[in-house]
This record gives sequence, C-alpha cells and structure tokens, in this order.
Amino acid sequence: MLKLPVYLDNNATTPCDPRVVETMLPFFTETFGNASSRNHAFGWAAEAAVDLAREQVAALIGADPKEIIFTSGATEADNLALKGVFEMYIDKGNHIITTEIEHKAILDTCKHLEKQGAEITYLKVNSEGLPDLKELEAAITPKTIMVAIMYANNEIGVINPIKEISAIAKRHGVLMMSDITQAAGKIPVDVDRDGIDLAAFSAHKLYGPKGIGALYVRRKSPRVKVTAQLDGGGHERGMRSGTLNVPGIVGFGKACEISLGEMEEEGKRLAVLRDKLENALLQLEESAVNGFRAQRLPHVSNISFRYIEGEALLMGFNKNIAVSSGSACTSASPEPSYVLTSLGLGDDLAHSSIRFGLGRFTTEEEIDYAIKAVTETVNKLREISPLWEMFKEGADMSSIEWSRP
Amino acid sequence: MDYAAKVMDHYNNPRNAGKLDIASLNVGTGLIHVSEYIEVVRIQIEINPAKNIITDARFKTFGCGSAIAAASLTTEWLKGKTPEDAFKINNMDIVEALSLPPSKIHCTILVEDAVKAAINDYRHKNGLEALQEEALESNYELEGM
Ligand SMILES: Cc1ncc(COP(=O)(O)O)c(C=O)c1O
Repeated sequence: MLKLPVYLDNNATTPCDPRVVETMLPFFTETFGNASSRNHAFGWAAEAAVDLAREQVAALIGADPKEIIFTSGATEADNLALKGVFEMYIDKGNHIITTEIEHKAILDTCKHLEKQGAEITYLKVNSEGLPDLKELEAAITPKTIMVAIMYANNEIGVINPIKEISAIAKRHGVLMMSDITQAAGKIPVDVDRDGIDLAAFSAHKLYGPKGIGALYVRRKSPRVKVTAQLDGGGHERGMRSGTLNVPGIVGFGKACEISLGEMEEEGKRLAVLRDKLENALLQLEESAVNGFRAQRLPHVSNISFRYIEGEALLMGFNKNIAVSSGSACTSASPEPSYVLTSLGLGDDLAHSSIRFGLGRFTTEEEIDYAIKAVTETVNKLREISPLWEMFKEGADMSSIEWSRP
Repeated sequence: MDYAAKVMDHYNNPRNAGKLDIASLNVGTGLIHVSEYIEVVRIQIEINPAKNIITDARFKTFGCGSAIAAASLTTEWLKGKTPEDAFKINNMDIVEALSLPPSKIHCTILVEDAVKAAINDYRHKNGLEALQEEALESNYELEGM
C-alpha cells in the first residue's frame, strides 16, 4: 500500500535506517559514558564503541581510522578543511581553487577566507556541470595550496572526475580536498585510488543521524595538517575539541558499514527506478535533464519543465510528494539556483526545475505515483501558461510584444 | 479560508483560464512580465461597446500559485464591470481578498498592470485615448465629494 507523502528529497537528508537507530539506542541510556573518561568502565565502553565506529567510517572510504576526525557534520568538516589548511599552509601560499557549484559550506567559507587574505579561484563549469581540467591546471600558481572540488554535486548529482583532478593537484604539489557528502555511501569512494587528501561528509545523507560527520585528513604521503577551529580539551588529536557525540558516532559507523555492504546493489536498484522516472517525465515535451546524464549519482535526477514555474509546479503535488525545486518565489526578485544558472540555464528554466532524490526506502509504487502526479501537474499548468500557448503557436519567444503598463 | 486554502482553491479550479480572440475589436489584451519570464500574466477582456460593459474575461499565468490565484480571482471581478471601474482595481484589493502575505504582493501588481493594459489595448484599438491612473483617481475623489 502506498503511504503518502512520498519522500523524494534524499539529497537533503535521509531517514535513519532502523538498524542504525537500534545500534545507537544503548548509547543514550546504558553506555552513556564520556569517551575520554580514562579511569572507569563507562568511559572505556564509550571509547571502544567510538573506536569501532571510526573503523567503520574509515573503511567506507578506504582510509585509516586514525585519519578520521569526527565533526558535527559536513559543514563543520568543510570549514575545518578550508580554514585549517589555509592557516596551516599560509607560509606556502594563500591560493585555493574550487568551483562555482560547490555547496555553500565551501563557497561561503571561501568568501570568509578571502577577507583573511586568501585568493580563491572559482572555476566555471560547462553546461553539463563539469569543470574544464585544462582551466584547472592553468589556474595553479606557486601560491596555490589546495584544490577543493566536490565528488558529486548535491543539486544535479553529476560526479566529478576526482582521480584526474587530484592527479593534476598532485603533479603541482597541491593538496586535494573533496566534499564527498553526496557520494559517500552511494558510489565507491576510495581516498587512495581517488588521490584525496581531505574529505568532508555527513552521516545524515547516508541513513545515519543528523549532527555528526567527519573530516578525513591524510596522514601519509603527504602528511596533512590542519589548525583546529575549536579550542578546548584537545579531542580528536587536537584537531576538534569537544566531548564526542558517542551515540551519533556509533550511528554514523553503523550507517557506513551498512552502506559499504549494500551500496552496489542499492545503486543498481535505484538507477533503474531513477531511469524509469526520468524517462517517463522526459516524455513531456520541453522537459530536459540538467547535468551530465552519463556520469551521475544513480539516485538523482534534476529536470526542468519549460514554460511553467517551479513553485507552482510543486504546489500541484507537494502535499503528497517531497522534492526540492530550483526556485523560491518569496520576494520581488526570486533567486534561482546558482548551480543551475552556472550550467547556463536561464532564470526561467532554473526556476522550472525539480530535483528528485531517490533513496534506500523508495519503492517502484512511489515512483509510479510520482510520474503520474508530476505529469498531471505539468500538463495542467501548461494549459494555463501563456508562454506554453505562445510556444505551441510557434511564436518567436525572443520577440514577444509585451504591454507597457 | 486562509491564504493557502484560497490560493489552492484557484490553483485547483482556475476561473476563466483561457484565451479570447486577440484580433477582435471588442477584445483588449494585456500581457505583462517581470524580469526574463519569471512571471508572466495575460489578462483579456471582451467588451460590449453598446453597453460599455465587460462581458467576458480570461487569463493565463506563468508564475507561482499566488500569481495564478490573483489572475483567476481578478477575472471573476472583471465581468460585468465598466472598463472605467475595472481600471480602478487595485492590487491591494487582490492581496486582501486572497489574504496574501507581503512576500507575494509583487504577484498582484502584475495582475493590476495586466488589467490596465488590457483596457487600454481595447481603447487603443477603438481609437480611444488611454486611461491614466492619476486622472481616474482624481475623478474618483471628485465623485466622492
Ligand atoms: C555537498 C554538501 N556539502 C555539505 C553539506 C552540508 O552538510 P551538513 O548540513 O550535514 O553539515 C551538504 C548538505 O546539504 C551537501 O550536500
């Protein structure tokens, strides 16, 4: 039986896997100790649980447990990576290269660093959402200390060629940082194979709890160091003070263990459902996928429906289907998604786009429901859209005669 | 009904969505947009010249739910009015009727402008001078005195 509403916003967050919750529960009540209490059993039990979780988290990305620093999430990990590297390597240089379509946790941290004297290059992306690697290499200067490019984009799901990007960074002796939040647990990420020196991610995007995440910091060849951004008791080898969130860490570990085991099969299943959804919605005229289709996370689809507006589109079904749109018409000048406009979409198309994010608990029945609901709404809104009418009548959209108020 | 319910009602059952013959002398068309098509409203009116009454009104909207509801509601108001009275429809009347929040006021300005443009399109087609907002307002005040 179909249960409404249907959740198709798994890039924003995922539900906790019940197996994760079950693993976490004892750590609230029985095994509640402070993991740094060295002289009693409560502390030892908590420490042992954290050690196991650290191994599970490290295993997901092919890292050593000592290379995992627990944080409150990907935002904090992104901040720690950028600010920590900038401060630590200031004698070497002040230049960081990133892209225009990173998450705000990267972009706004870069903006902050610019005020501290950093120079940031924001690489443009092409219409498929990929940066030009020649441009990347050309941007590297003797002052460059780090390249920070996300593994997979949160709005369009496009996967960057991280191996090739890190090879360029390596060739020039520059650190490679990647925000792997959307990729971790969904597609294989391996810090050695991919040449990543720092990686940020969050538990709640991979069926773990909110408020916990990690920064991977390479310890060997090269040994990477970051300055702490939180001062205090010197937890996490001095890089992140604060009493460890033991239940969260335990849940994060379990979530990583489950993802590592089930990712391949889950990815295949979701790709089939995603393709079914996508192909059905592409049957609608003037609809198009945003981002490079051949190189995408298996569970993401971002589609524009020309000649209708995104918020109106959502209104048609958002009581029953949870998705995210590239539009928010809340002020006189609504801001379209900066990711979609970077791909070269006009404001109109950026506003008419929807991100579908499938997940572990998505069923085929739900996808069938979504296809029907979205199709009906698109058709209905086009029925009352003046732009659709002009398009169907073959009007030249660039020379419409507007009334003068 | 609250804002959401009123907007939803028009969204689900738009009144007078559609098109009138743009070439007809009795039809006036107003097509208004803001910055690069993010919002487009078209209001059309059909006028019985002998009686000077709006006999039909249609809309089409590209925009958010509030913009759709604002245009839909306004077409209901237009029918039976004289063009001169219709010209006095103020966007804040629509805001009030739909209980729109301040963030949605801009949607109603577009509709008001489209109504005025439709009326003046009709007048232009029929060799009449365009109505001016200021002139009408002062007339209105005089009448009221
Ligand atoms: C790519 C990316 N980076 C960072 C974040 C921030 O994660 P969190 O809110 O868990 O700190 C997100 C989540 O929205 C994301 O998608």
